[in-house]
Amino acid sequence: MPRYLSLVRIDENNAPAAGPSPELMQRMGELIEEMTKAGVLLDTAGLAPSAQGTRVHYEGGQLSVTDGPFTETKEVVGGYALMQAKDMPEAIEWTKRFLRIHEEHWTVTCEVREIAEG
Amino acid sequence: MTPQPTSGPDGATGPGGAIETVFRLESPRVIAAVARLVRDVGIAEELVQDALVAALEQWPRDGVPGNPGAWLTTAARRRAVDLIRRRDTYARKLREIGRDLPESIPPQEPADPDDIDDDLLRLVFTACHPVLSADARIALTLRLLGGLTTAEIARAVLVPEATVAQRIVRAKRTLAAKNVPFEVPRGPDRTARLGSVLDVIYLIFNEGYAATTGDDWLRPALCEDALRLARQLAQLMPGEPEVHALAALLEFQASRLAARTAPDGEPVLLRDQDRSRWNRMLIARGVAALDRAGATAAGAPGPYALQAAIAACHARAYTYDQTDWAAIATLYGLLAARTSSPVVELNRAVAVSMAEGPAAGLEVVDAVADQLGGYHLLPSVRGDLLLRLGRAEEARTEFARAASLTGNERERHLLLLRAAQAAGSAS
Repeated sequence: MPRYLSLVRIDENNAPAAGPSPELMQRMGELIEEMTKAGVLLDTAGLAPSAQGTRVHYEGGQLSVTDGPFTETKEVVGGYALMQAKDMPEAIEWTKRFLRIHEEHWTVTCEVREIAEG
Repeated sequence: MTPQPTSGPDGATGPGGAIETVFRLESPRVIAAVARLVRDVGIAEELVQDALVAALEQWPRDGVPGNPGAWLTTAARRRAVDLIRRRDTYARKLREIGRDLPESIPPQEPADPDDIDDDLLRLVFTACHPVLSADARIALTLRLLGGLTTAEIARAVLVPEATVAQRIVRAKRTLAAKNVPFEVPRGPDRTARLGSVLDVIYLIFNEGYAATTGDDWLRPALCEDALRLARQLAQLMPGEPEVHALAALLEFQASRLAARTAPDGEPVLLRDQDRSRWNRMLIARGVAALDRAGATAAGAPGPYALQAAIAACHARAYTYDQTDWAAIATLYGLLAARTSSPVVELNRAVAVSMAEGPAAGLEVVDAVADQLGGYHLLPSVRGDLLLRLGRAEEARTEFARAASLTGNERERHLLLLRAAQAAGSAS
């Protein structure tokens, strides 16, 4: 069964300043439990703000290191979910469920990618 | 470039058949909930099928509901109530359970997660009930809990679709005829019943892992179905050490799936496998599950805990030479004492030969040889040990014999190759 990585992209500048509401956190907890029980969710986490992140870039044989925030990027990765699902439609279905528990004022993009197995 | 949406806003007929996916995900829980009501998994499944048909009509038109599982459960329960009230043959059931039925079914009320878990567990134990044959248990488990269609099961277990359909129908009839209660067993037979559940999941995994004949992709997929069932069961029964042990065993076995076949489809022996292709995440999950098995165990380790511990020994070795064969031989000894299985003894022989040398291994093999006539791995292991003892001509005979006994074409090829190599080193 393939694994899928859902990269959760958010626009940090327009995301709710107070972060996720307690209600959202509760629904999230319930969904995580459900997905774990279904044997689907292998790992998931939210990331610290990109301001605390660092980009290490390699180009033309040269390394460059840039500390966040990355103002030029509108959406940054804010979290991820590693799933093991029967197929892409199933991974997408779980991703929809993850998005549906958010309140309407959220703008979130999940990019679901299959993990290439060796 | 602007990304083109492939479907409307969360369309019901979105990419890849969203409805079909939702059905597969939800049907086990919905069947379980309805089965508690009608006390018959066969009837429950039919009612859920009816509800699915209704969904197929409504969802493309109105969109997939926010909580599709609750929608399906409500629709199926409504049909259950109708059925119970309408049909005379269910008068008895009505008397039994009618008083438990609310007058009107509450609309889309979110079910208590603990209730859902209990229903699912009842479904697991019912599908794996010992009154059913092993084949029937496998088919019913894949159908009711794995969400596989009859056609998918047929392709996976290599029998005609009609046979699987009949197995499932008969299994449901047997459960009804024998009045198998829809419940999680308590008391003295709980351990044996749990053993049956674990064995069914393990058999499903091995169907895919061994793939003794054929090379349909659905057969390896059975490994994944079994792994998922084992993970689910570990969540549903967190206090049962053998459940965690089975999950651990399957995580370890699955971690080697990619490495055990060469690009041309030929099987790759454990010692020749490229261990960098072992899935480290699955190994880590196996280690964690084995830890949980150990933490919840009260007495001596059960058969799955021992097998998982053996698999862990292999998983921990970064090279074949690093394998702790003495530990594996000891674990097989414990397992053999529990199971008195000659196949386990054969495995112990291999471990002993690695720990103490081929002569010691051969002694163990020869002690159980009488019980393993016709089993191709017996001459295969003997051939291996004889070759290491420098008895190449005897080894060649054994490999040729093993080749004549296996039903797997690729394995036969490998064994004939080894026979030829042995002949080459003999001359």
